Amino acid sequence: MNSAAVEEAVPVNGAIPREQSFEYVLEVDHVRKEFPGVLALDDVMLKVRPGSVHALMGENGAGKSTLMKVIAGIYQPDSGEIRLRGETITLETPLKAQESGIAMIHQELLLMNQMTVAENIWIRREPTNSFGFIDHSEMHRMTEELFERLNIQLDPEAEISTLSVANRQMVEIAKAVSFNSDVLIMDEPTSAITETEVAHLFDIIRSLRKQGIGIVYITHKMNELFEIADEFSVFRDGKYIGTHASSDVTRDDIIQMMVGRSVDQMFPKEEVELGDVLLSVKNLTLEGVFHDVSFDVRAGEILGFAGLVGSGRSNVAEAIFGVTPADSGTVWINGEEVHIKNPNDAIMQGMAFLTEDRKETGCFLSLDIQENIQSAVLHENFVNSGGFVDQAKLNEESEELCRKLRVKTPNMEESIENLSGGNQQKVLIGRWLLTHPRILILDEPTRGIDVGAKSEIHTLVTQLAHKGVAVIMISSELPEVLGMSDRVLVMHEGHVTGILDRSEADQVSVMNLAAQ
Amino acid sequence: MTTLNDTIKTAKDSQGAKKTKRIPPEVSILLVLVGISIMFEILGWMFIGQSFLMNMSRLQIIVLQVSVIGIIAIGVTMVIITGGIDLSSGSVVAMSAMIAATFAQSSNWPKVLSPALTDLPFFVPILVGLAVGAMAGFVNGWLITKTKIPPFIATLGMMVSARGVARWYTDGSPVSGFTKEFAMLGNALDRWMPVVIFIVVAIIFHIVMRYTRFGKFTYAIGANPQAARVSGINIDRHLIKVYTIAGLLVGLAAMVAIARIKTAQAGMGLMYELDAIAAAVIGGVSLSGGRGRIAGTVIGALILGVMLSGFTFLRIDAYYQDIIKGAIIVVAVVIDQQRQNKRKKTT
Repeated sequence: MNSAAVEEAVPVNGAIPREQSFEYVLEVDHVRKEFPGVLALDDVMLKVRPGSVHALMGENGAGKSTLMKVIAGIYQPDSGEIRLRGETITLETPLKAQESGIAMIHQELLLMNQMTVAENIWIRREPTNSFGFIDHSEMHRMTEELFERLNIQLDPEAEISTLSVANRQMVEIAKAVSFNSDVLIMDEPTSAITETEVAHLFDIIRSLRKQGIGIVYITHKMNELFEIADEFSVFRDGKYIGTHASSDVTRDDIIQMMVGRSVDQMFPKEEVELGDVLLSVKNLTLEGVFHDVSFDVRAGEILGFAGLVGSGRSNVAEAIFGVTPADSGTVWINGEEVHIKNPNDAIMQGMAFLTEDRKETGCFLSLDIQENIQSAVLHENFVNSGGFVDQAKLNEESEELCRKLRVKTPNMEESIENLSGGNQQKVLIGRWLLTHPRILILDEPTRGIDVGAKSEIHTLVTQLAHKGVAVIMISSELPEVLGMSDRVLVMHEGHVTGILDRSEADQVSVMNLAAQ
Repeated sequence: MTTLNDTIKTAKDSQGAKKTKRIPPEVSILLVLVGISIMFEILGWMFIGQSFLMNMSRLQIIVLQVSVIGIIAIGVTMVIITGGIDLSSGSVVAMSAMIAATFAQSSNWPKVLSPALTDLPFFVPILVGLAVGAMAGFVNGWLITKTKIPPFIATLGMMVSARGVARWYTDGSPVSGFTKEFAMLGNALDRWMPVVIFIVVAIIFHIVMRYTRFGKFTYAIGANPQAARVSGINIDRHLIKVYTIAGLLVGLAAMVAIARIKTAQAGMGLMYELDAIAAAVIGGVSLSGGRGRIAGTVIGALILGVMLSGFTFLRIDAYYQDIIKGAIIVVAVVIDQQRQNKRKKTT
């Protein structure tokens, strides 16, 4: 333990002191948590000051989310101690944590989709009238008041299922704030929202910090750390690495702490000899979603798709792949017009599509790695002369692929649910590589995954381009698009506003086209 | 801060009428009910030469038949909203009926099963029936939450066992000869009593589901159990409550049924569970949980009742009735599915 040194290194932040006799609002002391086969948290520490933002950094699988779930009362630690406002507490249930003053914004949106915004926020805390019945107009008013305070513009009576992912995230944030807790945990709150909303969120965080709330902020985004966090703790492989003030360190220091090795090159872009036009899209239109989209992708080319969330990027990809076929327009592969009516047609044409939402449309969560990786390939390559699936050959190739992709797992029979986000993503990419695609569409391939896995995926994509695969890469992370793409296609409200060459694409030019 | 909030508050109150009002989904189901009724009215004049609707005794029979299924369907609706299902309702009707009936006999009756239990006050058999139903529901809920078996299986087991209990209890012989007081439950108010009970139960549970935490928890669990859990809802305890209440309502329906037809037999209530589920589904309750309203179920039950009566009125063969009824249930689910797809598409 080197807490003394750490405390000296960290300046006291500009918190408004409440009446308090404690230095840390939340202390996690030597906590250990073991799951069958995995030591998720190994003697972990965390100390959060009131009125400060404490970032939690680490690769996926480092134990951050587990630690947060321990603090939120969802998991029980095997040993160790949690102190809140200086007093030791045990948190048997999420309810106990809430009542003790710990609120959490979950990474996976945990909302009741069929219920309204107001109902979601005040569930279990609904205002009642003197007869004990729920007072809906009071609930409406409380929601509006809360939204007013947080400057959120949403209809309290809207059903969650009608909201965009970004707006659902704002509801989650408002719900967590509404508890008026001393500790607020945010698990990657910006992974699904746009730049403007991030700025909005940071305003909210700053005002909460002023009120003396201790905020634990989990993120993978380095620039956020420097923008919003006062101090940060790093975790690696379930172990606590250290705590520092964010003003004391550089980006490279943090990456080194996180991965235990230095990452010198974030985007391993290589010049690749471009081949012929492999995929050509002409005047593709889906009424009300996107209009008149045209572009070409050559063999070996990486075409980046940039644009704000909701600009129609993913919809175009879904249309090309036959998930939601377009109303009009044509798709040409290798100079021949193709009619793709469903994903099966697309796969038969040598296309692969890594979908945006790992959990919803990617993983079969209840199945194991083997079954997940093999789910797209059951077509012809692995059928033997008797007409049966050649399972042995398939298993061999899957395992080989997992090794190449460096999927961290004890064996192929592990349920995919137990893997970290980065490893799940690798398995899903492996699923498509097994089909040996000519055209690979990646929708947010590195969302919510750690630096190490990210760069591994980038390297992999580069290698595929080398082999002559045409790649479409959709990403909300501009540095990723700029770093990886040969050309960048920018969309705004369903229209292509420009296609930029690598040389002319930079943050400013792309954002100009994306935001107009 | 307070003053600011107060100004906001008054500002909001003055424009309170701005609240977004949407057409409740029940309106469309109600239109279907009206449409079907008018259809039978027209067909009646065309083929039978008389009115379908202008016949008080027919209308009374429709609502009386609907009442028993309707009371069950209200409990089933809550169960389905949690994302579950209850297949045991019909058998539990028989079990509650048989056990309670032995407490309801009059000593004047020649074939008294247990002479020690005759001429008891009317509330004794009622309480027995409610208790048996609630017990069955509790067992369902307990099995589902503690052993984590799917509701389909747990209630399937109860469906088979409860029917067995009903047969075993009196060795298969029916029980009749109830006290006049007990029979009032089915015949009071000029035979409208079952309808009154149904309406009261519907109103109570409409309020429960809309205006109490109990109701909100029920929706929350069906909409997203994980989210409900992190919101601090004790899911197991709540589910047990829901299944127990569903069982209690089945017990009540059984009491109304035997009081009305003045006899209890082990074979009664056959397929009631499916009628109740059908009423809920036709009424817009989503089988995937989290969505649905009591009012919808009530209308759904009425649609079923009107169809049944209308087919009989038109002298359509009973076999065809079942075929058409099955088709209607499937169509209702197809419509529900399309509604959900549409909802998904708009997001």
